[in-house]
Amino acid sequence: MLTHLPILQVIVPLMAAPLCLLLTRSRLVWLFTLIVSGSAFLISILLLQQVMATGTIIYELGGWNAPWGIEYRIDQLNALLLLIISGVSTVVLLAAHTSIQEEIPADRHTLFYVLYLLSLAGMLGIVATADAFNVFVFLEISSLSAYALIALGKDRRALWASYQYLIMGTIGATFILIGIGLMYQMTGTLNMYDLSQRLPEVENTRTVFTAFCFVIVGLCLKLALFPLHLWLPNAYAYAPSIVTAFFAATATKVAIYLLIRFTFSVFGLSFSFTALPLQLLFLVLGLSGIFVASTAAIYQTNIKHLFAYSSIAQVGYMIVGISVSTVTGLMATLLHMFNHALMKSALFLALGAVMYRIGSVKLNEFNGLGRQMPYTMAAIVIGGLSLIGVPLTVGFVSKWYLLIALIEKGWWPVAVLILLGSLLAVVYVWRLVEAAYFKPPIAGRETIKEAPLSFLIPIWILVSANIYFGIDTRLSIQVAQAASQSLFGVNP
Amino acid sequence: MLMGLYNYWVVVVLMMIGFYIVIAHGNLIKKIVGLSIFQTSVFIFYISMAKVDGGTAPILVEGIKQYSNPLPHVLILTAIVVGIATTAVGLALAVRLKEAYGSIEEEEIQKKDNLDC
Repeated sequence: MLTHLPILQVIVPLMAAPLCLLLTRSRLVWLFTLIVSGSAFLISILLLQQVMATGTIIYELGGWNAPWGIEYRIDQLNALLLLIISGVSTVVLLAAHTSIQEEIPADRHTLFYVLYLLSLAGMLGIVATADAFNVFVFLEISSLSAYALIALGKDRRALWASYQYLIMGTIGATFILIGIGLMYQMTGTLNMYDLSQRLPEVENTRTVFTAFCFVIVGLCLKLALFPLHLWLPNAYAYAPSIVTAFFAATATKVAIYLLIRFTFSVFGLSFSFTALPLQLLFLVLGLSGIFVASTAAIYQTNIKHLFAYSSIAQVGYMIVGISVSTVTGLMATLLHMFNHALMKSALFLALGAVMYRIGSVKLNEFNGLGRQMPYTMAAIVIGGLSLIGVPLTVGFVSKWYLLIALIEKGWWPVAVLILLGSLLAVVYVWRLVEAAYFKPPIAGRETIKEAPLSFLIPIWILVSANIYFGIDTRLSIQVAQAASQSLFGVNP
Repeated sequence: MLMGLYNYWVVVVLMMIGFYIVIAHGNLIKKIVGLSIFQTSVFIFYISMAKVDGGTAPILVEGIKQYSNPLPHVLILTAIVVGIATTAVGLALAVRLKEAYGSIEEEEIQKKDNLDC
């Protein structure tokens, strides 16, 4: 059983998805989905333990040897991502049953869970597999279910957002497919490890260079790197709250994982950073992403829009971490992936609670909510502080390591810009705090009560994780450091 | 050079036609059609790269020495399925958009959204 964990990680949610259709009662399906996602979480914990103890796990599907058969390869980086995805998915699901009562028509509840599980299986598959074409297939499984999930939103703008995401997402995925095809043409293999061995022989050809460009551009579309981020704000703002909380924490992270995997492992560090001026490109785009998206966030009146723009800015920080291209820089990126997942899922889930009680997340609707929904708003404040990077929250830890990496490299001006970018986060979080705590409640809405426990429990699990991993950083730093070192080929 | 690689020229031309339609057209159905053409060009790319001149299907038969590479052909079967699924989801969304906005023109939908804000 233990030796089959890598495949179980993916196959359990994938097989469970159609089974949901047999259970028609909404509560029953929810429980089933929760159990499935919980067992995926359990598997990812076991995998992480195993990887940290014994090193990379290689699993050959059907016993066919790589590179002929498909191989799943779990190293520290994969294990960390699997943990983030399945963990966030499970906690967010705790609130799903209550949340979708208000936001999704009753006859679509079962379908919602089917799509949710498919999307989860797709993301876990992208991370677990070591086969380049398999990545494309799983990418499309998770994306197609994501389009449908976003279109379930109550507002009609959800449909338009979903359509735009479909167009952009498909272009991105097709670019990746072209890149994989060109790589196969030059090397005759699809296995990532095998590719990394064979690509250096042919790396001076234009075909490999073209493949690299297609893969990078396709992935940057998927991870919403400025200026390819246009699909993201509306998709996050109009999707059902649960979907936003899940995707904001995981979808872009999976794309960043692929970017790291392709640049560092498949094409190799020396090729990736010399074929294109990738360092400069990522630095400039990452920084402009931070400033443009944070500034845009300040002017939003829909709070889901606000935090969606902030997500784009946070992706900017991760990309800057990659551009440093040192062990510490990459480690900061990995830490920020982990930490950002915790912050954004807590924030969007809390917004889901507000949506449940008030039916809107417009800024002026937050007036006086600090007293009416104290626990929910306190969660948003802590999440916001974490987003800014205040000490004792997770946000501080990753920004701290990013600054260390930049200073080690001698990039002082960039370090200053990163700090300035954090100040912009102070502005947009403050607008929300001001409305919630310093303005009187809206007339005729004195009876608004605190969100139900089914919301408060998952929200506060995530908020406590925000604080816990901000103080006790052993787990996250140990894993991120090991993953980063192994990507750079440094022996710990 | 030009004739020897003519299958790749077909791929590039189709790819650009599809990509142009996706970007330039405001009609939602036309965008989906453009997307399909774009994806189809990639299918042709995979199929033609695996074809060996004079090669046949990889079945062991007496007297045949050359075989085409079957792997990309099989991969593209999967990609075709993915492409169809994408088209289906896209068209379904277009139907829902028509119901919700009464139009399938990008400009009009955008205009109605701006009125809402």
